[in-house]
Amino acid sequence: MPKHTFKLNGETVTVDVEDDVRVLWVLRDILGVTGPKYGCGINVCKACTSHINGKAFNPCSVQVKDLKETDEVTTIEGLPDTVGKELHPMQQAWLDRDVAQCGYCQPGQIMAAVALVKKVKAEGRAITNADLDSIRNVCRCGTYSRIREAIKQGSTKM
Amino acid sequence: MTPGATRDEDSVVTTDQHRTPTDGVEFEDEQEAVDAAPGGLGRRHFVGYVVAGSTLAVAADLTTGAMPADAATPAAGSGTPIPSAPQIAEAYDLEDLQTQAALPTSQLITIEVDKDGVAHFALPRMEVGQGITTSTAMIIAEELDLPLSKVQVSLAPARPELLFNQLTGGSNTTVSTYTPVRVAAALAKKRLLDAAAILLGGQVALLKSKEGIISLPGGGSVTYGEAAAKAASPSTEKVDVTLKKPSEHKVIGTPRNRVDALDAVTGKKQFSMDLAVKDALPTMICRPPTVNGKPKSIKNRAAVLAMPGVTHVATLPTGVAVRARTFGQCIDAVRALQVVWNRGTVEGMDDEAVLKQLRAAQLPLAVPKVPILAKTVEASFEFMFRSGAALEPNCAVADYKDGKITVWAGLKSPLVAQANIADALGIPQTNVTVNVITGGGSFGHKLFSDGAIEAARAAKAFGKPVKLMWHRCDEPRQGRSHPMSTSRIRATVLGNSILTFEQRHTGVSTDFRHGLGERLTNLAADLPTGLGNLGFSESIFLLTQELGYNMGVVTQLLTETKNQEQFPTSSVRNIYSPDVRTASELMMGKLAEALKMDPVEFRLRFLKEERTKAVLRKVAEVANWGKTMPKGTAQGVAIHKEYKGATATIVELDCRPETVNRKIRDAVTGPRVMRATIVVDAGLVINPRGLEAQMMGGVSDGIAQALTSSSHLRNGSFLEGSWDNFFYTRQWNAPLDFQCVVMKSDSEQPGGAGEAGVASSMAATAAAYWKATGTMPTRFPILHDQTPDAFEVKPFSPPIPESPTDGLQYTY
Repeated sequence: MPKHTFKLNGETVTVDVEDDVRVLWVLRDILGVTGPKYGCGINVCKACTSHINGKAFNPCSVQVKDLKETDEVTTIEGLPDTVGKELHPMQQAWLDRDVAQCGYCQPGQIMAAVALVKKVKAEGRAITNADLDSIRNVCRCGTYSRIREAIKQGSTKM
Repeated sequence: MTPGATRDEDSVVTTDQHRTPTDGVEFEDEQEAVDAAPGGLGRRHFVGYVVAGSTLAVAADLTTGAMPADAATPAAGSGTPIPSAPQIAEAYDLEDLQTQAALPTSQLITIEVDKDGVAHFALPRMEVGQGITTSTAMIIAEELDLPLSKVQVSLAPARPELLFNQLTGGSNTTVSTYTPVRVAAALAKKRLLDAAAILLGGQVALLKSKEGIISLPGGGSVTYGEAAAKAASPSTEKVDVTLKKPSEHKVIGTPRNRVDALDAVTGKKQFSMDLAVKDALPTMICRPPTVNGKPKSIKNRAAVLAMPGVTHVATLPTGVAVRARTFGQCIDAVRALQVVWNRGTVEGMDDEAVLKQLRAAQLPLAVPKVPILAKTVEASFEFMFRSGAALEPNCAVADYKDGKITVWAGLKSPLVAQANIADALGIPQTNVTVNVITGGGSFGHKLFSDGAIEAARAAKAFGKPVKLMWHRCDEPRQGRSHPMSTSRIRATVLGNSILTFEQRHTGVSTDFRHGLGERLTNLAADLPTGLGNLGFSESIFLLTQELGYNMGVVTQLLTETKNQEQFPTSSVRNIYSPDVRTASELMMGKLAEALKMDPVEFRLRFLKEERTKAVLRKVAEVANWGKTMPKGTAQGVAIHKEYKGATATIVELDCRPETVNRKIRDAVTGPRVMRATIVVDAGLVINPRGLEAQMMGGVSDGIAQALTSSSHLRNGSFLEGSWDNFFYTRQWNAPLDFQCVVMKSDSEQPGGAGEAGVASSMAATAAAYWKATGTMPTRFPILHDQTPDAFEVKPFSPPIPESPTDGLQYTY
């Protein structure tokens, strides 16, 4: 079986698995990293949102062979380390606003929010309602209003 | 303070103003309270049990606990409203039924205090996001004088000895467990104080307990952990216990964050599919192309078994199961399987054919004799199928060995799951262990154990543990839905009075075979006259529906098609109420028009109860009812009364073309609720922040059901196969301004929260659409006939789509 090497949450990992297995299953079923959730498997619900080289991506829609050895994958578990703290400011904002209900979508929501805020900041502007409307992550509990508030708060600390 | 859910100082629940310092122990004579409410919720003296063990374990006996609410006396409206006789739900509702069903076994609710001073409680209910582990921990922390961090609430596995007392539904958890949990916690504290008195050599009356430490002024202190072993009892004893007065509450009624919030935001919160059960490999099912089809034969079993990662293939009653190293390989195998299928249960049928069945089943409207000059006002509505799926799909872990099975799953009715799994495998129920895992949402979906039964069958067929999960595409197509229904209403108006109000609700059969039915059977003899003779769903309908208005002769009746096997259905959040209330509230709009009255003024005139009027007045004030709105936008208002409480919602809806026609890829934008204001009176509130969260979720649900969210039956199959087909509220549909006001309540009884926000927000959105466009909507969701244009239907064979490979092109 082919071996695949990439960086996951700061550590180099190597997995022995067929080329076409999507990264979500490599993370969850082989490496036991369960923060990214399955909600559709077709890059729609965004519950698995994680980062690749600092940008948001959906591992359900990327084959493991497309990861390079130098690619750095960050899941919710590795997010705090990216800022060298116990919690990323976006996670703290999520706690302050008590956003989560069932919590299933929230790792993906937080990872999407961090990437969105970084993108908006790189464009030299503050987050707008139009930016927030562009978030595709589904929350079936309907926590959307608290998510919006938390992102606004989190963005001020990033 | 939760942002976006501002709490009005006059109206919110705060305990500050009636708090008294209670550092110490209080066992003073409280005979007054007992006399004030004999046998009722105001009662504060109870008997509990200290259970034999090596550390402190206490249990509550509640056979003399909460009794159903007294029959409400309808307040006669002043002036023109003609008082309506009480409907059944006013005197005895679903909450009472569930609470009463819980009584005989509540003594088995047990709290243990360990050597570290941590209180442990296994809640015989399921956490699905509604916040009951948090609110229950708060209740225990309150009576035990413990910090919230020292209370651990877990979910109890299926406990057959609880009989019917292990069903999570009807927003009933806190209503039915509030008293027994407090009794057990208060008893634990009493025993700890007794033990501390011996350890410290002082009198109990002098001891102070605070934050898990008991101190004797001037004489040292012990922790709960130190006292727990001493408080343990070698034998089980009966002990009298007195609960705190509501005025002493320091935790109950204060806004608290969820106890599992940190785990949720760090990815540590474990759902069923996150559990590491040895050898439990991913398993998925290849499902039929039409609703409820059954597998006949597999044409390429050997080829599929030879695919990478695949370990097992087996035919189950619902499809063909495949087990593989990864779920990705299960998806590939499911897609590769060539299965011959038997016909489904609705072959060739579409939405219109079901509507035709419903119209044929409708009960006649039979207006009683009214004066000849009375004017008749009529309306008729249709409510389409809606998938009840949560974001976490149906899933379960199962391990079968030597005639015994252990299952891990999110189950709201674990006892029924246990019995069904035993039946499915042909083993005794005692050989089935069912562990209840926190669910990634439910909305009614987890009342049934479809995934757990399949996992159990697969584990037995394979002789290997499995981690079985439904594909997203399976959920709207083969999963349980909110049944399609119609609602017809006829009212008669004479002068300024409404003489009659008749509502006939007709639906595809709602599946209640998850245990509520058993409770009803069990309790039938005790139900108000006539109820015992009704079918289960008709009983649930009567127990939940209460119009709440004085409109002379009021009747609300349900008929369901008697074909339970035809469609997979279930209760979905708030069961019948979103549809029934949307129909009746739109009718109120017509009646207000007929009487030339403002919708709020009309409701205040005709509503029966002060609590409902109060939430309506409040929402009108906070949302600035009647303000000038630009053309194409409007406010809509609605009330709802259920779960021992009331809500009122006002939304501002933007139906202008530039909003409706916003372009977002693979989305339905449509009219947008710009602002939503919901006011809730939920009686005694345990956690206002959690209640606000549930109202927020209810509003998201109400918006979806009013505008965009439905399934379409075409040629025996549901078209939807993705969250980009089934248009639940997304960020681009969410209100830009959400506000929830929690009313202050003198009630000592908690009401329901989880479902309470849906009905009035759906109805208010529908009313706003009417006002903004000038057309009263009669089919729901309003965009039902347009949403299929917004997506390409995924193939039915293979039944699930391939995972894309181009994800790196969409990074941001």
